[in-house]
Amino acid sequence: MLKTERQGASIRAKNAFTGWSFILIAVLMIAAFYFYPMIQALILSFKTGRGINLSYTGWSNYERLLTDKTFFTALKNTFIYLIVQVPIMIILALFISVLLNDSNLKFRGFFRTAIFLPCVTSLVAYSVVFKYLFGTSGLINTMLMKLSIIGAPIEWITDPFWAKITIIIAITWRWTGYNMIFYLSALQNIDSSIYEAARIDGASSVKQFFKITIPMLKPIILFTSITSTIGTLQLFDEVLNITKGGPGNSTLSISQYIYNLSFKYTADFGYAATVSYSIVIIIIVLSLIQFRVAGDRK
Amino acid sequence: MKKSKRIFTYVFLSIASIISIFPFLWMVVSATNKSVDVTKGRLLPGSHLIQNFKNLLDTTDLGTALWNSAKISVITTVLAIIIASLAGYGFEIFRSKVKDAVFNVLLLSMMIPFAALMVPLYRMFADVSNAAPFFGIDSKAAVMLPTVTTAFLIFFFRQSSKMFPKDMIEAGRIDGLSEIGIFFRIFMPTMKTTYAAAGIITFMSSWNNYLWPLIVLQSPQQKTIPLLISNLGSGYAPDYGIIMLAIVIATLPTALVFFLMQKHFVAGMMGSVK
Repeated sequence: MLKTERQGASIRAKNAFTGWSFILIAVLMIAAFYFYPMIQALILSFKTGRGINLSYTGWSNYERLLTDKTFFTALKNTFIYLIVQVPIMIILALFISVLLNDSNLKFRGFFRTAIFLPCVTSLVAYSVVFKYLFGTSGLINTMLMKLSIIGAPIEWITDPFWAKITIIIAITWRWTGYNMIFYLSALQNIDSSIYEAARIDGASSVKQFFKITIPMLKPIILFTSITSTIGTLQLFDEVLNITKGGPGNSTLSISQYIYNLSFKYTADFGYAATVSYSIVIIIIVLSLIQFRVAGDRK
Repeated sequence: MKKSKRIFTYVFLSIASIISIFPFLWMVVSATNKSVDVTKGRLLPGSHLIQNFKNLLDTTDLGTALWNSAKISVITTVLAIIIASLAGYGFEIFRSKVKDAVFNVLLLSMMIPFAALMVPLYRMFADVSNAAPFFGIDSKAAVMLPTVTTAFLIFFFRQSSKMFPKDMIEAGRIDGLSEIGIFFRIFMPTMKTTYAAAGIITFMSSWNNYLWPLIVLQSPQQKTIPLLISNLGSGYAPDYGIIMLAIVIATLPTALVFFLMQKHFVAGMMGSVK
């Protein structure tokens, strides 16, 4: 009796050990390349100095942050992208996936592949293509003028307002298909008999969309809106390669500002770390809000 | 009513498809044209492809950049799927309260934006540069190490492990296989599609990675393809034909991977939400 118990314990211990050995490398890697740098960044945010000569300064970096106009410009730009682009993209992706979900639709595979295609490009490659497409004498202006939609070329890249629009168009082009795939897979899991019952009850397709589709997809919509929010807060490649943050910081993103502070101007790693903590806090707050909003309506 | 809805669906989806595909077509067409024709917005294929290719090879180190990108992406992908699948399997098969807690902490790392990590990571690699140049700034290892393990991939493999029949593990144990033997001899071959999907996703993100290589790679002979394209595009007198050709070449591997393995790719994306 006692012997088997002890044997059981040793087998359990052995199993626990084997289990840990499976996950050990991954845990160490994430600790080393995510959590350790996060702690470093926190320490760094209380230091100041140029390059590698750093000394503690208490809260001065955070005080600087509160009066930093460039930071607030970058923050404002990022929020404009967020508030305008994320809803447009999610509604568009939702709408397309509902249209594509119709099993009687012809060329479904073609449409799906075509709309997903932008996701295979690298952010840099498509950004450079968009920069030329939206140039003042670029193809978009030429076509719009030939079609007599506009009289004079639009300054897509060099006007502060249009430059933001260009970035928004670019991100929407790149990511709508990505979100669409998530909705399509979720739609396929909805039992078609629910729609049939609704149809028999005389519910219009608009009503079906709002009363069945949207509520059923709520977890996925939450998931995509959180990932899209995080993605937009990290925006970098597009801005750097389409507008370089210009004209006059009007498209500058927070990530690009951190990059500039650390690697473009005289390196100010301490203050850059302070700015980066602002994104961490914003992401946590926004994710909590999104969870709360989605949770309340359950 | 029904018919008008149908027509609307086709028109809407066609427009969406054209908008999605158009930049690709323009890119391919432009790669065959002279720079002036690209700026004029020429939409027909030209005869300048070979000349553009020659100029591209003369003015840039395309071969080196492609080779660097290929090495980094392939090694990252292989290491990433081995490490993440071991962990995903370990978390699911050898479940315990402590491991579940560890797993939840790992998931938190998905919330950390890269911008918050780049400065301390850069300093970490700069610190080891002198002692161990192989892992320091401007090395391929420095590009790969921070990207090789992601909580997302571990999560993805853990979800898939739930579908793996537990009887097969018992059978393996009875046959006298070690736990690691069961993993390599039974789990891996059974979960081929899961590995394919994870491989595609990792390869694509590694091939297209820009910000971290931009920071950590400094010498021209270490540059990867996105860095090369970004450099070409930021010049003062850019040759548009050459740039477009470079972009086409850079997009080919991921587009090809996507078309050959579309089913796995889509299944992989879907698997991640279930």
